[in-house]
Amino acid sequence: MSPFPSSSGSAVLVFKPRPSLPAPRQTVGIIGWLRTNLFNGWFNSVLTVIALGFLWKIVPPLMSWAIFDAVWTGGSDACAPGYEGACWVFIFNKFRVLMVGLYPGEHLWRPMLGGGIFIVLAALTVFHLLNPKKLIALWFLVPFPVYWLIAGGFSLTPVDQSLWGGLMLSMGLATIGILISLPLGILLALGRQSNFAIIKSISVGIIEPVRGVPLITILFMASVMMPLFLPVGININNLLRVQVGIIIFSSAYMAEVVRGGLQAIPLGQYDAAKSVGLNYWKSTVLIVLPQALRHVIPSLIGRCIALFKDTSLVIIVGLLDFLGMVKASAQDPEWLGHDAEAYIFCAFVFWVICFRMSRYGRSLERQKKGE
Amino acid sequence: MISHDVMIQMINVNKWFGNFQVLKDINLTVHKAERIVICGPSGSGKSTLIRCINRLEEHQQGRIIVDGTELTKNLKNIEKIRSELGMVFQSFNLFPHLTVLQNLTFAPIWARRMPREEAEKIAMHHLERVRIPEQASKFPGQLSGGQQQRVAIARALCINPKIMLFDEPTSALDPEMIKEVLDVMVELAGEGITMICVTHEMGFAKTVANRVIFMDGGEIVEENEPNEFFNNPRWDRTQLFLSQIL
Repeated sequence: MSPFPSSSGSAVLVFKPRPSLPAPRQTVGIIGWLRTNLFNGWFNSVLTVIALGFLWKIVPPLMSWAIFDAVWTGGSDACAPGYEGACWVFIFNKFRVLMVGLYPGEHLWRPMLGGGIFIVLAALTVFHLLNPKKLIALWFLVPFPVYWLIAGGFSLTPVDQSLWGGLMLSMGLATIGILISLPLGILLALGRQSNFAIIKSISVGIIEPVRGVPLITILFMASVMMPLFLPVGININNLLRVQVGIIIFSSAYMAEVVRGGLQAIPLGQYDAAKSVGLNYWKSTVLIVLPQALRHVIPSLIGRCIALFKDTSLVIIVGLLDFLGMVKASAQDPEWLGHDAEAYIFCAFVFWVICFRMSRYGRSLERQKKGE
Repeated sequence: MISHDVMIQMINVNKWFGNFQVLKDINLTVHKAERIVICGPSGSGKSTLIRCINRLEEHQQGRIIVDGTELTKNLKNIEKIRSELGMVFQSFNLFPHLTVLQNLTFAPIWARRMPREEAEKIAMHHLERVRIPEQASKFPGQLSGGQQQRVAIARALCINPKIMLFDEPTSALDPEMIKEVLDVMVELAGEGITMICVTHEMGFAKTVANRVIFMDGGEIVEENEPNEFFNNPRWDRTQLFLSQIL
């Protein structure tokens, strides 16, 4: 006979779920967070105490230097030597040069308008306010009018490229660099996987040598050596040569990142695409790439951030980008001794932009994971 | 020899992977509305055989003629032949970044330039056929294996194929999901579509197939109608295989 009581004959037992009890106090809320994150075990508790002591020593003096004792108004005489705080007046005074370099004052509205358009587009992108297709189209269209605004021509007074500089130049080099090197990198990555030996060897022949050379070398080649090889009479301006150098360098790295993504796509996806009658380009562009790029969003954003920071290397071929202008400003005899403010401001601006890009990458990942 | 109702003809087909011969002198004729089951141990070349039919693999010798068009390097021919073949894979191979409905309408819209509305109407019809119309807006990753495979069958049907190829459609499924997929396949078989199915589901072979083919070592060892094949196998190798799986 069954060891369990038989239900036949007796009434059916009714199951009533018990009410949930609140969790123990030490495991939730602020106390729970502190216990699990800062004081779980004696070692972490000691580390926490040391870190707090360190912050106690560092933060108050830093705050008083950067904020409370800082000079916010006045001229160069307001920051007399021996003054304790940061001299932000120096940054305000140099702000225009830091942003646009030696761009002539009477045309200042043009880079300002261009920058405004750029910021609007960037905001539309990072806050996902437009659908991706429109965004991509805008990113490839908007640079043309912005370039026209800054460079002039067609009824606008031309402004020579030697006068461009500051953050405007950095952003320009980085934006154009990313916009062209990403598609170029994708093509190189696809070429490297190609069944055609010629296409494959051309791709490998571009990617490997470029990856084997520091960016500085490429910039020197573009800026100094290329004019020597060009036929007499043909003159490509320095900025364009540098931009092309950056694009070639970046696209080789982008290609390797994208290749990683392509390798993550199961062969079955190619089989399925072929079997339903899609040709190579349709299955690549619509089936394989969307999946492959999704896998490598973090590294692609990483490459974009690296590219933006790498633009500061153009200083060695005589272009005064943001960092170049910061350096030049710090050497202004009227404002000597403010290197700290200059470089902290420079680092802050770089950080804000890179952090924003990084957050955008995170939000893209989350969005794609939701699907 | 080529009659109007011959759908697939393979004549002395040979194929090698490097130095390893995977298909040895394959001769096979499939008639319209025929339902053929191919079985055999792993590595016997059965998957390669059906993958050769829609050119996912390239054969090196012999001829393959599908519905009057010969498979050559000519891309037009390959395209035409693929448009008449629907294929279902062991690992489903749905497009994970597209919804179920998009998976189904993708090829009709992008390869056939069918208007979206019409493609979606056809897609919903086939989703109803495989009994999961309510999953249309989900992504493949949200479905069970059996549901994914039924979506894959519907996707293949959406290109309106004359012939369906199944490459071990139930081998990657949990036992209780095999039945829901087989039921759909049995129903399809009843509708008179030409089918070639690589499978170890012998119950399916017995009820549905007109002909069972046993392969080993890249050769067709034995082919017969199912009753004879299961009750009276002529070759010792077939007998051994059947004794191991039944």
